[in-house]
Amino acid sequence: MPTLPAGPPVISASRLSKHYGDFKAVDGISFDVPAGESFGLLGPNGAGKSTTMRMIGGVSQRTSGQLTIMGLDPEEHGPEVRAHLGVVPQQDNLDEELKVRDNLIVYGRYFGLPMSYLKAKADELLEFAQLTDKASARVDALSGGMKRRLTIARSLINEPRILLLDEPTTGLDPQARHILWDRLFRLKESGVTLILTTHYMDEAEQLCDRLVVVDKGRIMAEGSPAQLIREHSTREVLELRFGSERNTTVAGDLQGIGDRLEPLPDRVLIYAHDGEATLEQVTSRGLRPITSLVRRSSLEDVFLRLTGRSLVD
Amino acid sequence: MSAQLTAEDYALKGSKRPLAALYSRNARAVIARGLLATRSSNWLVMVSGFFEPVLYLVSMGVGLGALVGSVDGPDGQPISYAAYIAPALLAVSAMNGAVYDSTWNVFFKMNFAKLYQGMLYTSLGPLDVAIGEIFLALLRGALYATGFTAVMAVMGLITTPLALLMVPASVLIAFGFASFGMGITSFMKTFQQMEWVNFVMLPMFLFSATFYPLSVYPQGVQWFIQALPLWHGVELLRQISVASFSPATIVHLGYFVVMIAVGMLLTTSRLRTLFLS
Repeated sequence: MPTLPAGPPVISASRLSKHYGDFKAVDGISFDVPAGESFGLLGPNGAGKSTTMRMIGGVSQRTSGQLTIMGLDPEEHGPEVRAHLGVVPQQDNLDEELKVRDNLIVYGRYFGLPMSYLKAKADELLEFAQLTDKASARVDALSGGMKRRLTIARSLINEPRILLLDEPTTGLDPQARHILWDRLFRLKESGVTLILTTHYMDEAEQLCDRLVVVDKGRIMAEGSPAQLIREHSTREVLELRFGSERNTTVAGDLQGIGDRLEPLPDRVLIYAHDGEATLEQVTSRGLRPITSLVRRSSLEDVFLRLTGRSLVD
Repeated sequence: MSAQLTAEDYALKGSKRPLAALYSRNARAVIARGLLATRSSNWLVMVSGFFEPVLYLVSMGVGLGALVGSVDGPDGQPISYAAYIAPALLAVSAMNGAVYDSTWNVFFKMNFAKLYQGMLYTSLGPLDVAIGEIFLALLRGALYATGFTAVMAVMGLITTPLALLMVPASVLIAFGFASFGMGITSFMKTFQQMEWVNFVMLPMFLFSATFYPLSVYPQGVQWFIQALPLWHGVELLRQISVASFSPATIVHLGYFVVMIAVGMLLTTSRLRTLFLS
């Protein structure tokens, strides 16, 4: 993977806060993102991820703290910073009054880009989004997945140096997600810095070099996906189902097995280095789960450990 | 997709230009978008806006005018009732169009179509959006005023070529209302609050000496009406329609110049509240 010469961070946030009245949407978060990194904000809905993204784009004003993007304060230099930003908001905000291709061209003109460039670029991006045959369709005639792809294509019209993706693959089918991940990976290879929020573990694990786990406006942990799993979870997880009545009552009988026990309403999780060996310990105590599953730890487990809650409620 | 980026690409030099945080000198992109959207989807709404004052002119001017007969014009000469109310209706239409575009239209695009959210994630600043939207409102106002003046000519209500000055004067009136309207919209959070705009506009339309002279009111009410912008618009266009100018013409013009200046100051100072959160 190509690495850029180490320079100052392209995004630097220091004790960044955003309050709405008494509600602290973002509560003093600090992080640095070096050029070319793929950086993730992971957390449940309402954790403050989107608000952070909006502050990076300079469209939401911070309550306190410092923030610089490529060396500039986005509140003081919003238009200049955003000239090099691509943004995929959580909810598609395509221009419903314009046709598909015009959406790309008009958006490019907001950046002050010349028509000669935009015409060719729009066609290239329609190809990228597999929407070439929909070029002159109305936006409201597109399916949800097509709209999402068009929004993503639109964010690339200015060949951004930093791409902000707020829940980019929500609403996409699995095949479309993998295509998008592939495209994002290629952008990253060309040196584009990716900032993405997600509540999908697999997405974070696939795309992020490094991520912060965010909950209630605060950073709970920071590191690469592998690092976070190593620090906050075990190598493997044994998932046992004893039937909804018994999951919590059986927990007492499982004490002492594995590193840690997590009884949930629908299953019991046992964290251990070796899942198969742990399962043998369970059965040797005469316990007979209805189903059992050994899997690798994921960021979901990290989140559960850090917050005591699941990511997707 | 793009060439390999280097560390230099990530070091921006900030501009020292005033208003750099709010303005990127690209309002024309907002204007181009508005024209394209009008061409492809909402031209029918525009046509209907042209007919409203024409319908008033026909029903009140011709219909009611048959009962009223002739009245005293701005210069004391008798003119037909239709010729008396036509410039007033033009002023009202300039006001309505500008207020609609700068309040309801902005409110809707902001909170429901999410159009501005998209725009503001680009190089555009809030001032580009505000200037572009106000320009579009004025362009539309100029088209309506031209059409209405043509209707007046066809109906034989125009007696002097100077009456053509009603078109730029209408744009001036529209500018006053539009610059103020956008600033006021920044204080609005709900549809219920937006209804207050209509609550102010309707009585202003009915009572600003639109259909009868100011002299019917007692002195105190006269002063109140004379403080309102629409009355100045009505009087200005009425004077232009018969080319009867007086020192009061300067006052009417000056009223709108000040209104535009104050309105633009208000709107600019409220841009962050209006467009950024």
